[in-house]
Amino acid sequence: MSHMQAKGKLADLLFFNLTRTVAFITLSLLGGIVISLTWSAWPSIEKFGLGFLTSSAWNPPAEDFGALVPIYGTIVTSLIALAIALPISFGIALFLTEMAPTWLRRPLGIAIELLAGIPSIVYGIWGLLVFAPFFGQHVQPLIAKTLGKLPVVGSLFSGPSLGIGILAAGIILAIMIIPFIASVMRDVFELVPPMLKESCYGLGGTTWETVSKVVLPYTRVGVIGGVMLGLGRALGETMAVTFVIGNASLLGNFSLFMPGNSITSALANEFAEASPGLYTAALVELGLILFFITFVVLSLSKLLLLSMEKQNGGSAH
Amino acid sequence: MPVESAVQNQTPEISIRNLNFYYGKAIALKNINLDIYKGKVTAFIGPSGCGKSTLLRTINRMYDLYPGQYAEGELIVAGKNILDKNVDTIDLRAKVGMVFQKPTPFPMSIYENIAFGVRMHEKLTRNEMDDRVEWALTKAALWNEVKDKLNKPGTGLSGGQQQRLCIARGVAVKPQVLLLDEPTSALDPISTMRIEDLIHELKREFTIAIVTHNMQQAARVSDYTAYMYLGELIEFGKTDELFIKPQDKRTEDYITGRVG
Repeated sequence: MSHMQAKGKLADLLFFNLTRTVAFITLSLLGGIVISLTWSAWPSIEKFGLGFLTSSAWNPPAEDFGALVPIYGTIVTSLIALAIALPISFGIALFLTEMAPTWLRRPLGIAIELLAGIPSIVYGIWGLLVFAPFFGQHVQPLIAKTLGKLPVVGSLFSGPSLGIGILAAGIILAIMIIPFIASVMRDVFELVPPMLKESCYGLGGTTWETVSKVVLPYTRVGVIGGVMLGLGRALGETMAVTFVIGNASLLGNFSLFMPGNSITSALANEFAEASPGLYTAALVELGLILFFITFVVLSLSKLLLLSMEKQNGGSAH
Repeated sequence: MPVESAVQNQTPEISIRNLNFYYGKAIALKNINLDIYKGKVTAFIGPSGCGKSTLLRTINRMYDLYPGQYAEGELIVAGKNILDKNVDTIDLRAKVGMVFQKPTPFPMSIYENIAFGVRMHEKLTRNEMDDRVEWALTKAALWNEVKDKLNKPGTGLSGGQQQRLCIARGVAVKPQVLLLDEPTSALDPISTMRIEDLIHELKREFTIAIVTHNMQQAARVSDYTAYMYLGELIEFGKTDELFIKPQDKRTEDYITGRVG
């Protein structure tokens, strides 16, 4: 008897240490990545200092580097992607959970999840060969004629209709992250107790009132988690963006029609040909900055959740 | 079936005639005939699966939310057959409030939990809304406990308080009928007692239909009781009479604890 107990205790101890070890390995890997990135980027950090963040220069022969263009490209394409994907994903999730006839829910849900499995290079090729030409010939002129004529906002939609560019990259990213955000939203919407929804319908609420005032607040933690998953993917996406963003390291104006560059595409395009020394260090520093941006985005979302928690009180999640 | 003769001199708030209800192909309510009287508490008792909750959910057309569920027959509220396709369910549900088995406070403040439902149907000024919230919370015997924390989340209250909040929420839109679907099944005895006291108060202004597992509760709170079994209405009458001298053998078996 006591022998068995001792054996059980030993197994527990082993298991505890095993799980702790794997948890700490992940943590130390994270630390290792930060340290090695900083180490490799050091020549560039030392030379350019904080000016690296605000300079739009990118001149390998002259060894003059700045991260402004790729940072701008990364953030703006991701924001465009989020602005487009968020309402569409919400609509999809809403339809799948509240409105679609039962027989349609599963096949449609699976189809949307399948979209998430398409390799990003396929989106890139499709974006470059199919979407960008169509976008440049038909959609961009239309946008330029309408939104482009507005004061202030208009400058965002001016310039030649090249097809490829910041806006095209943002749209491709949106298509890529919609399945992620939509399926997370659908899953959390499905977790809402039917009785809670019925309570709102029971007071004479419409579907819209029920979803916007009861379902969304109740699931806000999950919804924000899904949005952050999508945003994280948009920030880090490489191949699809590289194909359609135009890879131009210049920042003439803020028009979304202009080709640009993102951190990931700069890395993908230039790392192989970069000479050792300052050029490589500058590219590594770009990677470090991307790491930092994702970290900030995650922290902000946690802060947002905390403040909402304080305002509205807890939900079941 | 002695339904019509059971009760005299009462105004029906809801008249149910030849009501059948289906979950897809399965029939859940068979030819129900019953009146729910104005200003009275009508209790529905019977073993699990007898259709009492289904009947309640027919009265506010809650089944509409689920494909494949439908009702046939007549269910007259305020002179209209509310089973008609073209009945405005939003309007109906404002007239027929519902409280569920478990407290379901919305994820918002106590004040907003009450104001939310009112706002969907009426445009009130800030002052009028404040008054309405106080009125509803007072009706639900909750005002004194929450008046200093109206901005705190409704989910922070105890189970019994949450259920009274849900009753206040239902009362706030000033319905004619309140449907209570086993409102105390998740509550402790003290909270249950408070809700039962509340039902006595509320029937002065509202017609109440309550589904309960608990026969003692039905005996304590209701004026009329309906005993249902396997989708049929077995017996309906004044609560005192039904419990003291049931007409049907099946009712007697149930209330004496031989079935169920």
